[in-house]
Amino acid sequence: MGKVKEKPGPLARRPDNSAFKQQRLPAWSPMLTANTVLPFFYLMALICLLLGVWLLLTVQSTHEIKKDYTDLGTCQLCHEMRKDVSNANKPCSCRVDIPVEKALKGDVFIYYGLRNFHQNLRRYMDSRDDGQMLGRQNKLKDPSTYCMPFRKDKDGRPIAPCGAVANSMFNDTFILKYHGRSGPEVVPLLRTGITWYTDKNVKYRNPKTQENFTLAQEFNGTAKPPFWGKPVYELDEHNPINNGFINEALIVWMREAAFPNFKKLYGVLHRAQKPFINGLPVGNYSVEISYNFPVQYFRGRKEVVLTTLTWFGGQNHFLPIAYLVTSSLIFLMAVGLTVVWWKYGKGGKNMKA
Amino acid sequence: MARDGEDPGMAKTPKVKRQRKKKTKENKTRTVHANLLYDHAKGEENPNRHYANNKIKTTKYTVLSFLPKNLFEQFHRFANVYFVFIALLNFVPVVNAFQPELALAPVVFILSVTAIKDLWEDYRRHRSDKEINHMDCLVFSRVERRYVEKYWKEVRVGDFIKLRCNEILPADVLLLSSSDPDRLCHIETATLDGETNLKQRQVVRSFFDLDCDFDPLKYYSIIECEKPNNDLNRFRGYIIHRSGRRDALYKENLLLRGCTIRNTEEAVGIVIYAGHETKAMLNNNGPRYKRSKLERQMNVDVFWCVIILLVMCLFTAVGHGLWMFQYGDKRPVFDVLSPEGTDLSPIMSAIYLFLTMIIVFQVLIPISLFVSIEIVKICQVYFIHQDMELYDEETDSQLQCRALNITEDLGQMQYIFSDKTGTLTENKMVFRRCTVAGVEYSHDANARRLAMYQEMDSEEEECTSHGGTLPRRDSVASHQSARVVLRSQSTKSHRRTGSRAEAKRASILSKHTAFSSPMEKDITPDPQLLDKVNECSSQMEFMRFHSQPTSQLPSDLADIIDFFIALTVCNTVVVSSPNQPRQKVRMRFELKSPVKTIEDFIKRFTPSRLTSGSNSSSSSSLITSRSSNKGCSSMLSSPSAESTLTKLDEEKHHGSLEHAFSPVPPCYDGKAWNIEEGELRYEAESPDEAALVYAARAYKCSLVGRLPDQVTVELPHLGKLSFELLHTLGFDSTRKRMSVVVRHPLTDQITVYTKGADSVIMDLIKPPDTGNSKGKRQKKIVSRTQNYLNLYAADGLRTLCIAKKILSKEQYACWLQRHLEAETAIQGREELLFESALRLETNLQLLGATGIEDRLQDGVPETIASLRQAGLQIWVLTGDKQETAVNIAYACKLLDPEEEILTLNADSQEACALLLEESLHYIQAKFLCNSTDQSTKAFHNNFIPFDIYPSSSPSSSSSHTAPFMVHRLGLVIDGRTLAYALDKTLEDKFLAVARSCRSVLCCRSTPLQKSMVVKLVRNKLKVMTLAIGDGANDVSMIQVADVGVGISGQEGMQAVMASDFALPRFRYLKKLLLVHGHWCYSRLANMILYFFYKNAMFVALIFWYQFYCGFSGSAMIDQWYLIFFNLMFSAFPQLITGTLDKDVSAETLQQLPQLYVNGQNSEEYKPYMFWMNMIDAFYQSLICFFIPYFAYADSDVDLFTWGTPITTLALFTILVHLGIETKTWTWMNWLSISFSIALFFTVALCYNASCPTCYSPSNPYWTMQRLLQDPLFYLLCIITPIAALLPRYFYRACQGTLFPSPVQVGRQLDKLPAETRRNILSLSRVKVGSPLSPKPPFLSLSKPPVTGGNKKDQKSFPSSKTSQGPVLQTDQQGQRRGPTDSERGLSDLYTLVPTEIDTLPYTKDAPQLSEEQQSPQTKDSEGLDKSLETSDLSLSGWITSTPLLTQTDSIQLNLLPDGDAQCVRYTRDSVEKVKPAAQRTEQETGQPLHVTS
Repeated sequence: MGKVKEKPGPLARRPDNSAFKQQRLPAWSPMLTANTVLPFFYLMALICLLLGVWLLLTVQSTHEIKKDYTDLGTCQLCHEMRKDVSNANKPCSCRVDIPVEKALKGDVFIYYGLRNFHQNLRRYMDSRDDGQMLGRQNKLKDPSTYCMPFRKDKDGRPIAPCGAVANSMFNDTFILKYHGRSGPEVVPLLRTGITWYTDKNVKYRNPKTQENFTLAQEFNGTAKPPFWGKPVYELDEHNPINNGFINEALIVWMREAAFPNFKKLYGVLHRAQKPFINGLPVGNYSVEISYNFPVQYFRGRKEVVLTTLTWFGGQNHFLPIAYLVTSSLIFLMAVGLTVVWWKYGKGGKNMKA
Repeated sequence: MARDGEDPGMAKTPKVKRQRKKKTKENKTRTVHANLLYDHAKGEENPNRHYANNKIKTTKYTVLSFLPKNLFEQFHRFANVYFVFIALLNFVPVVNAFQPELALAPVVFILSVTAIKDLWEDYRRHRSDKEINHMDCLVFSRVERRYVEKYWKEVRVGDFIKLRCNEILPADVLLLSSSDPDRLCHIETATLDGETNLKQRQVVRSFFDLDCDFDPLKYYSIIECEKPNNDLNRFRGYIIHRSGRRDALYKENLLLRGCTIRNTEEAVGIVIYAGHETKAMLNNNGPRYKRSKLERQMNVDVFWCVIILLVMCLFTAVGHGLWMFQYGDKRPVFDVLSPEGTDLSPIMSAIYLFLTMIIVFQVLIPISLFVSIEIVKICQVYFIHQDMELYDEETDSQLQCRALNITEDLGQMQYIFSDKTGTLTENKMVFRRCTVAGVEYSHDANARRLAMYQEMDSEEEECTSHGGTLPRRDSVASHQSARVVLRSQSTKSHRRTGSRAEAKRASILSKHTAFSSPMEKDITPDPQLLDKVNECSSQMEFMRFHSQPTSQLPSDLADIIDFFIALTVCNTVVVSSPNQPRQKVRMRFELKSPVKTIEDFIKRFTPSRLTSGSNSSSSSSLITSRSSNKGCSSMLSSPSAESTLTKLDEEKHHGSLEHAFSPVPPCYDGKAWNIEEGELRYEAESPDEAALVYAARAYKCSLVGRLPDQVTVELPHLGKLSFELLHTLGFDSTRKRMSVVVRHPLTDQITVYTKGADSVIMDLIKPPDTGNSKGKRQKKIVSRTQNYLNLYAADGLRTLCIAKKILSKEQYACWLQRHLEAETAIQGREELLFESALRLETNLQLLGATGIEDRLQDGVPETIASLRQAGLQIWVLTGDKQETAVNIAYACKLLDPEEEILTLNADSQEACALLLEESLHYIQAKFLCNSTDQSTKAFHNNFIPFDIYPSSSPSSSSSHTAPFMVHRLGLVIDGRTLAYALDKTLEDKFLAVARSCRSVLCCRSTPLQKSMVVKLVRNKLKVMTLAIGDGANDVSMIQVADVGVGISGQEGMQAVMASDFALPRFRYLKKLLLVHGHWCYSRLANMILYFFYKNAMFVALIFWYQFYCGFSGSAMIDQWYLIFFNLMFSAFPQLITGTLDKDVSAETLQQLPQLYVNGQNSEEYKPYMFWMNMIDAFYQSLICFFIPYFAYADSDVDLFTWGTPITTLALFTILVHLGIETKTWTWMNWLSISFSIALFFTVALCYNASCPTCYSPSNPYWTMQRLLQDPLFYLLCIITPIAALLPRYFYRACQGTLFPSPVQVGRQLDKLPAETRRNILSLSRVKVGSPLSPKPPFLSLSKPPVTGGNKKDQKSFPSSKTSQGPVLQTDQQGQRRGPTDSERGLSDLYTLVPTEIDTLPYTKDAPQLSEEQQSPQTKDSEGLDKSLETSDLSLSGWITSTPLLTQTDSIQLNLLPDGDAQCVRYTRDSVEKVKPAAQRTEQETGQPLHVTS
């Protein structure tokens, strides 16, 4: 027994004659036939071609040097040694020679690369506590359960930083040496400024309870992650500010890689002094590695990478090629459509009714 | 008369619980006491306390119960349970994938959207309930000893309420007193059944005789009646007085809730049923839920999605197990142990992972699909409602969608089952001609007048200022003159000034809706008949003056006068005056009736019964003798037989005719009798009745007043005669007739006038005694009348026979006694009354017959032609007789004069079987066997333009048998044969025959048969059926069909109530199906496919990633994006497209009905399309995954910095994909897409900037911000969507060029300039509309006319500049490309034809322009003849001729009545066109079919 809304007038129920209600909104209705889409196809082919060529030229200007040092030369020994878990704390170092045949101009970035390391496993990725890394006191003492089973050590002390991600941190160190005319020379590397600005300044912070506490005091009562040799506040021996949760190597590691084969930034060439003002000159280089990170359990590989970057990333030829391939595909289709249009569509056969 | 049968869906609705408790005690009846007696006894004592009170509550929820109840209801939907299950799964630590609270979000969102919708609806119900509950009414209060105002909700069973004029009844009330002197109460039941005429209700008999006002305080009776039920037309019970006397109660005593009191100043009644137990409320069923075909199809694919989901999960789980296994015992440093620190075996982790993956991949089962579909459907319904073209100005009504969820079914119909009367026709009955005593009065002037309406309609469309008016009925002369005269008279008429539509509307809007159209009212009398009437009445006057017995009148004149009296008297028409709407013109005749004799008489006749109370006053006999004239649909409605007897007796005593002749009634209230008689308004329940009364009035034989016990008729010369109404036997569908018993005031004889269907009446005619001349005359009359009846039927008129019978007093008394017994019987009353009626209506004397025209509605033939072109099979199921039906079918182009008609009339099961068998053979012989013959095929191609029969397409889901050809055959079957044919053993054969025929016509079918036919076709042929009807007899059919459409016409609201869609006119069906149906279907189908695509595409991205993360179930797409992608980011554009997209414009869809086949064959959504979309989805996701993958491979990218671009790319790809699929772009589309993108970026930016720790485990802080600074991101955004959508775009372009679907061609037509299009369409319409006309040249749009055409056009048709005008050409190329069969090749040219349907192309019109192509056509027609001849040879039967009108071929299968089962007559005629009608009827051998031309 619904109530009928009364409108005055004899045509009370007449619907409004508006374009919307009568479904007569002005509309653009594109027809997908050969003659309408052909210009678009040719245009797209051209655009993709131009972009592809441009990108290709850009990528050609970059230079990348990769060295897999897992069991290369003297590192073979260390590799063998790391197979035994009991040797975990014994230091081992080795040297890898890297000849640079073409100067790396501009900013040079040094990466470490890992292969077959699944940093993207779901449980692994979850095993961290962002609250703790933000320096929250309560989280420091009582890390989130996400960190399980690296939440507390056997004595019940909270682990800082907790979780599997931090625990498995890459801990090889590199010293890059330039063997120039004046003898071996350590290439200066910047180990800071390699993270996102927001990570360093927003997402990671050291715990701060009292003004005059040292970092070690702040972390008092916490345990280091089981796989680590040093506690978190001693990560960088050379730069005391770069310690604790804001250690940039830690921050870089904590940004979990998307793929099992990845590289992470180790340092940037400090272009303050000769001969590195313009990048890495041609010559022989070597890397002194303190070989700590075991990879044989997961059949992984380690590598060191020296590279320059373009405005759209590292040396990666895929994107220009993708553009060029797409361009040619579009072109082929366009040609096909042209044929179709010429033979069938031109006379408007499809328009018959 | 389509009002036979009662609503079949009379399921007993569950009663209120409280009452059920009571039921144990109370059993079958309800006892109602007056509340007044128990006012002092609080609560417990009151025997009525158990009955529901009058407070109604239609809400489903209360404040408290809303949440649990609503949730419970929502969980009935399986999908919701599934999603809740997944959300809960997320709370299990080992398997959780997302932040558990977040995973709840979509489910909560979906549930709350639905809950809010429910809440809103419920609130609306609550408000309307409240409003209704708080209406006022007057209830008698014992304390105050008067009627006090109370709210409706306070009314209880047993209360006395006082009703005033124009008040709405608050409950079902037993009428105890009325201010009306006749103790009547008029009600309008429009809200209940939509019938707008007044109904009379009657005070309970024992309260008739109260002189003073009814005093509730003196009421001590107890009422026993039925339990509440929903049958509006039934109420039985009795009232027990304190004296112990019982009086029966009828439905005439009951006033139903929701009705409005009219014409009655005050009425008092006692509440019998209140609140939810009232009949109105019990009849109030909510909207119905049907599941559409598309949804069924979709559910299959949802099921497939589940399978895909499980396969993907299983794959991942096994992969993870293997991945774990390959590391052996040595656990890699990144393999995290379980929280407990224990090792997980690969198998266990695989099992856990399986569950995790179900959560991660849940998006594949589209949670928002169901909600989106609902939203889109609501929008679609809204737009259908808003369509101006579906709005009928005349009735101020528009289309109503009552079923909200089957809009897309409208686009997939294959069979239409239509009622005839009121659906195809206007149900405006116009008296056309009559035959009296064997003489036909052709009423030519009347026919001319009717023809003029048609003309005027068309003229007035152009110039409305010129008031096309109708002559007034008394200006007889003018009718015979030319139309100019009529025009000149137009100024006089105040009624018809505007167009017919306006006038109609005006008349409808004025309160008397029923029969006020001048077309129906103003009948031009036949001059010959008019003369006779005049002569006759003057003679009678003379005789009366000289006190001669009127029996001396010449019998033909007597018949004429009787005929008109019967027309006037034998009905239930109510007379009212228009100036005072609903004001009954009252004429009271005081009958002096001594009390003593009544009582004596009653005692003598019915000794067992009590007299009608002690307080019989002088007026008692008058009052007690009221017989109701109500009850057209009820079996019988005359309660007061005993008092009729008393009157009889009394008349005997007095023996005077004087009082009956009182020339001017001594008293009639209010208005003087000077109201012009023409101004009287007749309100009838059935349009036929009104038509007849108006017809009689045209002969000055007008009905001027009707009271329950008498009818006043004004005759020429004689003045007003009042017929004492002794009895009314109402019309019903089983008897198919109605009778009145009156005392004829002139002859003082008790006369029975019967009016009814000719088939029934003819059987009841007294077999004439051939001995004397009178008998011979009778016989002649009968045979002649029969003859004319056939003629009328052949003209498509509805025929009614009028007969009379004279009873002696003894006969009547004898019948009456038995009738009384029947009436008072409690058990089996209906049957007894039926038998009683049968006893009365025998041995009738035939007076004559009438032919009433039921005019076709506007646009019916065009609509039927369009629908048929659209590939719809149209069956007409009607209750009319065969001839009428066939002729209406011709009139509305359902049957074509050129096509053959198979007529099935059988008397027995075996005969029917044989007929069907023979028909099948005939069809096979004629069509299938010859189908190899080239010429026959050409015949098909040329002559069957409509047989785009869906099942002929091999991929059609509907065809479960071999493709059936639809031939150019019409099948006509009558009800009796239909009953046999619907038998289990024969139904297959019947269907085989019927489906081969282009049109099927079932005559004389009952409502049940109608629904059985629909059910049969629906279930056996697996087709989509639509039933359309307007009356109560169509209800069952409407309910059975997939889509039921009601015509909201004059027949009341039952059909509309049962329907899914209600249309004002039949012609709107065209737009509803062809345009809205097509749109709804294609929109929804595309949207559903898109949904599946979208989700699969999105989920596959994560699936591919599993190969790179050790199948560990991690997702590069942040959980927020994953969960809200479907719900927010990509939701709006598809809703807009799903609501607004138009593949073809409405104009083209209507002009090219062939496009409808698209939906019938489910071409927008076929099973393979789902898989194609899936494959496309997987391809696109591969692109969207691997381009970013390789672009970032071997870099230092982190998971979310890589995953966010992928999400963005996927969004872009999905939106552009939608763009490709969108056919029309309005600003809404642009807006929604921009909005989606903006929303995504806004949400992403906010989310990524909001909190560095809140969303563990994922932490995408500042990711989006950094990405927006990264050129690589933009480079990816360009290349990926292009590469992903390239194949689809290319395919679409190729398809549009090489093999466009019909719909695409339609779209291309849309693009053409309007003029060109009109040319093309008009040509195609000519071609389609008249299949046999010389075929129009095949046209090619390749060279559209450009006479200074616009630039755009020239651009798209570069070669068009040279051409002049539409160049019509045969496409030689097409001919070359086509198959070897040249006919096929030709038909292929018609590119609307999808290539799959090659057996039955759309167009059978082979292109032809040149001379040489003319020849095949002539060959074709030769071929036709040849094929017919061969079929003739194959049939060795009698061949006689029964041509139907002008048709060339008709085959009639008649079984000879002598029962020789093997004798099947094939009646065929293609040469002899016309035979004298009479001759053939003579040779008829008793078979019901008489076909004349």
